[in-house]
Amino acid sequence: MSTRPLPTLEGVTSPPHAGARAPATVLDPESREWLRCLRADDGDRDPCIARLHHLLLGAARFEVARRKASFAYLRGDDLDDIAQHAADDALVSVLRRLPDFRGDSRFTTWAYKFALLEASVKLRKRSWQGRELPLEPDVWSLFASDDPSLSDAAEQAELLSAVRRLIAEELTPHQRSVLIALAVNGVPIDVLAGRLNTTRGALYKTLHDARRKLRARLEQQGFSPQREDAT
Amino acid sequence: MTERRDPHDQLAHVLGPSAPEVGCDACFEQLDRYVELELAGIDADASFPGLRAHFAGCPACREEHDSLLALISGDAPF
Repeated sequence: MSTRPLPTLEGVTSPPHAGARAPATVLDPESREWLRCLRADDGDRDPCIARLHHLLLGAARFEVARRKASFAYLRGDDLDDIAQHAADDALVSVLRRLPDFRGDSRFTTWAYKFALLEASVKLRKRSWQGRELPLEPDVWSLFASDDPSLSDAAEQAELLSAVRRLIAEELTPHQRSVLIALAVNGVPIDVLAGRLNTTRGALYKTLHDARRKLRARLEQQGFSPQREDAT
Repeated sequence: MTERRDPHDQLAHVLGPSAPEVGCDACFEQLDRYVELELAGIDADASFPGLRAHFAGCPACREEHDSLLALISGDAPF
């Protein structure tokens, strides 16, 4: 169990009975017990919150351990600090969102996702800390390759040229910047959202709209470039 | 700074999935149930259409899906 003080829970320290939605399904006993103790008015609640924080810290450390190979320059202390802060922020989120838990999954599965989100976002932001984001698109170098077998494929050349032209001519400047940053230059969506002072959901909507416009224009021009797997 | 140099790979990322997909917020809301269905061997995509396509288009959400799946499938060290 962590010896650090738990995060300040201002605004979420009252048992969140009010507004609680009825569970969608019959809760499993473990989930029911989590809800009971987190909503308790008696002395059960503080130890319950401490157990929840311990659970979230374990999930955050799990995520950090999974990703640490990509962050070789971070020391062990830095990584654990990220996990600790992720667990703190996840705890606040879980308690604030507790009325939204409908029992569609086990409580622990629902809570874990907050810790994994916080840890992964913090890792991505840390990796781009202090780095300039490539927002200005150089569409003419897009799809360039050192491998002639890739760039010279005749059947692809016209398609790639069309996509470059459509990116330059059909997208709004904002759509173009977002598309290039996220889909070409690999800027993490949370990092870009932070720099542009927007949300991940709003940015993905912009990306989605840009992609849809490109696909539609390509179809209009007789191309059928679709591939389901964009990974 | 371009991390993906394979133009075919770049093209797939630029154009994204063609199948209907949910956004990041809906993905997060549905992720826990989706992963539990996957682990139970139930067709999660039938229950939550649009998530699989979103994972193809959103590396961040895909990472979080993969982590949650790994965590609750027993890989957790705690």
